Amino acid sequence: MNRELKRVSIVVMLMFGALLTSTSIVQAFQADNLSADPRNTRTLYDSYQVERGAILVAGDPIAQSMPVDDDFKFLRTYTNPELYAPITGYIPINGEPTGLEFALNAELTGTSNSQFFDKISALVTGQEPKGAAVEVTIDTVAQQAAWDALGEYTGSVVVTEPATGRILAMVSKPSFNPNLLTVHNNAEVTTSYEALLADENAPLINRAINSLNPPGSIFKLVVTTAALESGSYTPESTFPNVAVYTAPGTTSKIENSSGGTCGAGDTVTLATALRLSCNVPFAELGVELGDTAIRETAEKFGFNGTYSIPMTVTESNYPRGLDDPQTAQSAFGQYDVRTTPLQMAMVSAAIANGGIVMAPNLVQEILAPNLSAIETFEPTELGRVMSEETAATLTAMMINGVQDGAASNARIDGVDVAGKTGTAQNGSTDPFTLWFTGFAPANDPQYAITVLIENGGGMGQTGFGNLLAAPVAQKVLEAVLNK
Amino acid sequence: MRSLSRASALEARPANEPVRRLHLPQKLRNLELFLLLIACFINASSVVLVQLGALGELDPTLVLLGTGLSVLVISLHVVLRFVARDADPFILPIATVLNGVGIAMIYRIDIADAQSGWASAAVRQTVWSALAIFSAIVVLLVIRNHRVLFRYTYIAGLVGVVLLFLPLVPGLGQEISGARVWIRVGSFGTFQPGEIAKIALAVFFAGYLVRNRDSLSMVGRKFLGARFPRFRDLGPILVVWALSMSVIIFQRDLGTALLYFGLFLVMLYLATGRLSWVIMGMGLFLGGAVVASQTLNYVNGRFTNWLDALNPAVYDADGGSFQLVQGLFGLAKGGLLGTGWGQGRPELTPVPQSDYIIASLGEELGLAGIFAILALYLLFVARGFRIGFAGQDDFGKLLAVGLAFVVALQCFIVIGGVTRVIPLTGLTTPFLAAGGSSLVANWIIAALLLRLSDTVRNQPRLVV
Repeated sequence: MNRELKRVSIVVMLMFGALLTSTSIVQAFQADNLSADPRNTRTLYDSYQVERGAILVAGDPIAQSMPVDDDFKFLRTYTNPELYAPITGYIPINGEPTGLEFALNAELTGTSNSQFFDKISALVTGQEPKGAAVEVTIDTVAQQAAWDALGEYTGSVVVTEPATGRILAMVSKPSFNPNLLTVHNNAEVTTSYEALLADENAPLINRAINSLNPPGSIFKLVVTTAALESGSYTPESTFPNVAVYTAPGTTSKIENSSGGTCGAGDTVTLATALRLSCNVPFAELGVELGDTAIRETAEKFGFNGTYSIPMTVTESNYPRGLDDPQTAQSAFGQYDVRTTPLQMAMVSAAIANGGIVMAPNLVQEILAPNLSAIETFEPTELGRVMSEETAATLTAMMINGVQDGAASNARIDGVDVAGKTGTAQNGSTDPFTLWFTGFAPANDPQYAITVLIENGGGMGQTGFGNLLAAPVAQKVLEAVLNK
Repeated sequence: MRSLSRASALEARPANEPVRRLHLPQKLRNLELFLLLIACFINASSVVLVQLGALGELDPTLVLLGTGLSVLVISLHVVLRFVARDADPFILPIATVLNGVGIAMIYRIDIADAQSGWASAAVRQTVWSALAIFSAIVVLLVIRNHRVLFRYTYIAGLVGVVLLFLPLVPGLGQEISGARVWIRVGSFGTFQPGEIAKIALAVFFAGYLVRNRDSLSMVGRKFLGARFPRFRDLGPILVVWALSMSVIIFQRDLGTALLYFGLFLVMLYLATGRLSWVIMGMGLFLGGAVVASQTLNYVNGRFTNWLDALNPAVYDADGGSFQLVQGLFGLAKGGLLGTGWGQGRPELTPVPQSDYIIASLGEELGLAGIFAILALYLLFVARGFRIGFAGQDDFGKLLAVGLAFVVALQCFIVIGGVTRVIPLTGLTTPFLAAGGSSLVANWIIAALLLRLSDTVRNQPRLVV
């Protein structure tokens, strides 16, 4: 019988071997995947066990965790919720967080690598573990002014500091109340979320960084940069001043928005074309420059790339491989050119900053529970897109556009504003997309601003950038300059 | 009187006592006592750590109950000093530590569910443990020689079958989460007679096979390199197979059926040495299981849950893989070292204190803790097999190995189910899981193994 017994022993060893293997697989090798499974409520509850750090604007919390007496221990509460929703995002109990709540989740929960030693010391000293607080770069005056100035429009305002890339205001409208999505009741959260999702104005979208629109005439800044940087053009370079232009290889016609020529005369200078925002000369210029030169300049500004502020910014596009008619359309920001307001703010900021593009950034500091800085964000250069001379030339051209051109409604008494308006078409019958981008004071740029108004600002195809977007920018700039 | 002097005891040996081998007095028992004290210390610290981890303070109630339990196992140890002084020294400490760790985890889940008093599963488990250890003492005192059991082979078989089918008696049986394997015992709660049945059946199988092994192993014709039995010798295996299948069909309990059939097959193989029996048996059971999975919804569901657990449709389905996946989440949360007692969330998994206690322990004690528990089980089973190797009467050998194997198989079925080695079927984890009948049955198994191991060591050694 002992021979059989030996064999049965081997079978028992194999059975236990299988159990040792299976538990190792689950607990060691699959553990990370299983923890990341969205159905894993343990991971979710864990993230609520530590007091999540606050998100601060000028030292005041716009998002903080309030102690409550339930399973989650803390209720995430947002102050001035609609104003700051595009910045904070929200962290629901039954889904993925968004905004900074998502982008800085590890820091806010205290699980980032840089907080490792704090965790150890908390373990030793017996302190309750606590997440880090995040101080954002937002300027309360700029944010509030942008919110007020945008009024009831569907759109966005982005204000940055040209020299550093710090984002001083980021407004998206319509907004929503994140507090509705953080209540500790699955059904309530789902109802609120479904309602927001069903809203045709898409309040959950942060238009500043996640909404793509054709830039229209504000893209002429990129084309002008490409032209001046090529060395073959100056502001005084001239183009045939015709009312209708037909690009080589097509029969479709391009006209100026006025319907006539670009001012008087047989030829028109680049400076005038930009000041009056004429399409025909830019179409001609675009075809002469070629799509590659324009695309390379656009890419230096940040097009066709993504970056994190630390939220991920949707990639703005200047397409590859365009033929002449497409290049002609693209030269005044139509065809398939698409951009976010933040990308255009980077264009203005780069011109204001003497040609150097700064990485846009929303986070000033990450603060440990004892308020010591764990991480401070320093300005980062993304690269030089144009020479200082080109930047100065472009600035002068943009000042003219505001003082005596198509962007006149952005004028502020006593301060030079550099700016460019845009009115982009979305198909033949859809409402226009209205833009303004610029900076002030032009001689010492402190603020770069981009205003986006979607859906024609409620005026269908009758509104235009200078009528609706420029005044918004003017109000915001006035508010921050009078601070 | 015996403890007064070994020498005088030897001289004055009554005629009915077996010849004793000379050896160092009580060396094994002292080792057992030492290990037992360690086990009791582990149990007490587990409860204290649970309280510190989950309550943040010390609550004396369960500590008192735990002390009572320690007193009981030490009484069992004292009984062994008198009636089975050469019994295996590892079995009792292993059973004690598994039982205690189980109570600590059940207590921990009670805290999460805010249960106390008689509603607390931990309190009931402690009372059941006391009863189970007391049963073990009774078994050791009553059965002084395991060969007594040989006389009751057929009675044991009858008792086993009756116990097995008791839950089907109308008015007595109780259906819980689909399976009908419980009976209601007054206000005391439910009892799973099938747990006791496995001991009765092990005794029956051992006795029956020792009596009939010759006709089962010698006769038959050779086919494909293995000797297959005559048709008329197929009776017993067909009967046990039919028994298992009826458990699957009427009691809707796949795990129990697999346990009994596996036990029978292994004992049959041990008794006859014929691999053909195992091949035939596995064929029969697999055939039955395949047919059952096609025709019985609950069996089919178990297979789907096993193979496609993480599929959202399976996960959300009624009777789907929700529990299985929650258990996996718990284990994953535990990782290598676990969250520590009272620091995890085992209560998120359905029935975390019974079928899923191993996932709960895996969450709080980690892979390290599970390995330790598996090692304890393996050691327990190995001690049983050791009796089988050393034993000299076939009945004792078969019984010891059968009882040890039933513990091993039960671990494999339930832990394998939780960790997706095999489809999940409801069974209790021996000694650990909440459940009175299971505790009583496993402590009786421990008592029988202690008795058998004592007999083995006491047999006069023949020099060959």
